[in-house]
Amino acid sequence: MDASGAAWAEQDCTPATIEAALRSMLKEQFQQDEAYAPARVLNMVVVVDREWRGEVLNRLEQVGRYGASRTILCAVEEGRSTIDAWASITPSTDHGHKPGELALTRERIVLDLGPKHIAKLDTIVDPLVVSDIPTLLWSPHGHPEAIDALLALSQVVLIDSVGEPDPAVALGRARELADQAYIVDLAWLRSTPWRERVATTFDPPQWRPELGRIDEVAVRHRPDSGAAGVLFCAWLASRLGWDAGALVHSNAGLHGTAHGKRTDVRLKLLPDNDQSVPGLAGVEIGTASGMSISLNRGPGGLAATRTDAKGHTSNWTVLGASRGEGGILGEGIRQALLRDPAYEASLACATLMFA
Amino acid sequence: MATLEHQNPLVEGLERQPIHPTSVVIFGGTGDLAHRKLLPAFYNLAHEGALPERFNLIAVSRSDIPHGDYRTMARDSIKEHSRREPDPQVLDKLLERVRYVPGSFDDDSVYERLGKELGECDEDAGILYNRVFYLSTAPTFFALIIRKLGEHGLDQIEGADVRVVIEKPFGTRLEEAQALNREVLSVLDESQVFRIDHYLGKETVQNMLAFRFANGLFEPIWNRNFIDYVQITAAEDLGIGRRAGYYDSAGALRDLVENHMLQLLTLLCMEPPVTFTADEVRDEKVKVLHAIQPPAPDEVVRAQYTAGMAEGKDVVGYLDEEGVPDDSKTETYVALKLEVDNWRWAGVPIYLRTGKRLTRKVTEIAVTLKPVPHLAFEAAGSVGVQPNQLIMTMQPNEGVSLSLGAKIPGTRMRIRPVNMEFLYGTAFLSQSPEAYERLIMDVMRGEATLFTRDDEVEAQWRIIDPILESWAGGDVPVYTYPAGTSGPKEADSLLEADDHWRAI
Repeated sequence: MDASGAAWAEQDCTPATIEAALRSMLKEQFQQDEAYAPARVLNMVVVVDREWRGEVLNRLEQVGRYGASRTILCAVEEGRSTIDAWASITPSTDHGHKPGELALTRERIVLDLGPKHIAKLDTIVDPLVVSDIPTLLWSPHGHPEAIDALLALSQVVLIDSVGEPDPAVALGRARELADQAYIVDLAWLRSTPWRERVATTFDPPQWRPELGRIDEVAVRHRPDSGAAGVLFCAWLASRLGWDAGALVHSNAGLHGTAHGKRTDVRLKLLPDNDQSVPGLAGVEIGTASGMSISLNRGPGGLAATRTDAKGHTSNWTVLGASRGEGGILGEGIRQALLRDPAYEASLACATLMFA
Repeated sequence: MATLEHQNPLVEGLERQPIHPTSVVIFGGTGDLAHRKLLPAFYNLAHEGALPERFNLIAVSRSDIPHGDYRTMARDSIKEHSRREPDPQVLDKLLERVRYVPGSFDDDSVYERLGKELGECDEDAGILYNRVFYLSTAPTFFALIIRKLGEHGLDQIEGADVRVVIEKPFGTRLEEAQALNREVLSVLDESQVFRIDHYLGKETVQNMLAFRFANGLFEPIWNRNFIDYVQITAAEDLGIGRRAGYYDSAGALRDLVENHMLQLLTLLCMEPPVTFTADEVRDEKVKVLHAIQPPAPDEVVRAQYTAGMAEGKDVVGYLDEEGVPDDSKTETYVALKLEVDNWRWAGVPIYLRTGKRLTRKVTEIAVTLKPVPHLAFEAAGSVGVQPNQLIMTMQPNEGVSLSLGAKIPGTRMRIRPVNMEFLYGTAFLSQSPEAYERLIMDVMRGEATLFTRDDEVEAQWRIIDPILESWAGGDVPVYTYPAGTSGPKEADSLLEADDHWRAI
């Protein structure tokens, strides 16, 4: 083993040698600088195609402070039969690390391995995860066999339903995984600001009864983000007790009807080609009493418009900065420590919409 | 859907709960606190999408400047002091919501104008905004502003909530605090009053509650049977800077002990509340304060720093600081010994000390456990078995450290203490909000747990007032300590046998 400084590498190695190298590096780093503090809260195991390894590592770099305590990235390379490994211990750098200053210690292990390792990936990864803290699994390039192998040692699975071309398939897969682990879906997190704002809009007691009169929901989304739109509609349906009917393709989007206690609710999901980032572009909700609320992306936040039953219109901006894709992934990692009770019910409702 | 009138089903699972539309009025909008803390805090809340979806900010101050100039000033303050680089679009949109009302706080026309501005905000939106009046002014204006708010009907509004935030210091003596409470509560209900102590907005201070009441490990030993003594230290390496005017009239006792340090003490010593609601928590804190007798004169040491060295540079003594009177007796250091006379804590000395120009900046609580009853290990060749110490550090490194006895590697059974450290920022994956951001959010939500209640502030003064009374007599010496040291040697006289001050 050639351990020097905070980085280590070896070809054709074993999990035991990698784990020993990590322990050795941590000891050395702590002796040099006590600010390297190995307080840990989350493991993250990432399975990627070898050719996208660099890009995924860059994405993980961008999450900054939100990075997991120990990240194990498994890059699958066709034809490979041995395991090559790189390990490093670094201070997390939101603003650079100065000697002696408190540092967030990040441990990263990158493994290049072959398809033959996938079915038994748990035997390789298990010795490398920190015991007694949760493990988050993310496999952005598919590799279902790897997910199956690692599910037993993962408490949380990170997915992005937006990444799948067909929302029905994406949400079906999410539902399957939800039976075995807690799911953090980036498609769901992309809708969080929208859900917060809709909840806030209807929160004042004078507006709350309008929730029972909603008769139309229209969601615009980037063409590849249908799953985020469906999850948003399913969230409304599950929270408001609507009986969600099947969505059907018509014209450019998806249409359907949900049955509320008093009214039927028309649901429309419309792709928006002008939307540049994944997720939702706009939401419009109308009620049987003539009120409507719309939220659209705009400068400095969401542009909101409310029209009351008498036709009076009010416009304002709901302040907030875009989190960007790095921010979304970081939020996904952070959510691994939390539990959102609304997602599972929304996911169940969303899958019914495609039944 | 009858339940919709009672609860909003959409909030389930949301981390950020809805906040009613709010108009915030900052009295003292051009002051230092507004520029350095409040305006950046509002920006950061806006950046995160945490402000109420409809929000207005009105600054009131004496400077006769137009809206536009105030917005420019606010933009500069946010750029300079925000904890993150501002997003230009969010900042522009936030500043569109900022208005400015010039005038003196005793001028009735200011309140008339304010009422008009607030009314216009309501009318434009077609809703009634909640009002938050933030008194970021000199304490002499607190009662006046609240009285004027009452006289102009701004203290209540049908269909919305009105809240008032009062910065510290809340009085300079017990009598003054009581009088201020009477004046405040003659206009407002206590539920409308948010006496702010920004220390309580710090994540690690709140973590004390989690540390004590979410871990079965510590509670069984958290009493007089196992704890030998407690030290609470709030040390600063800096001098008074340009704050001579304020500091010389306040001193270390009023500046830090009466509020921050007693608050830390209450969190350390309180019984577990039944629920973490504002009044349940504050009830328990007040019980602790009521169980503390004011210290006897020989249980308090005050001192001033003299010339010395700080950060490798020569620095002047307190009396030579600009703006400090030559005959000032204001303490820049105070140490005192308190006891909490209740079933849990009776007989456990609790030492408090704070000062300027000390060795370094640190705020911590050190809980020293009683020594083990029998020492079977050899002491020769080592420092031997030391009592366990639990250190909760608030700044600069937020965290918890536990000293344990461990065997020194080798052929003999020799023991020395080692530290097991948990540094708060190293574990969790998110950045802690600034204390002011957290507290401002709480005010807008109407959540008062982290704010000081009227009886709490008076109970704090009941402990401190007799000390000030004895100092006013003039017989109590003001000791000295060289700048850059750990304080006056006379502070050692407070310690009971075998107790010792931790190194700062």
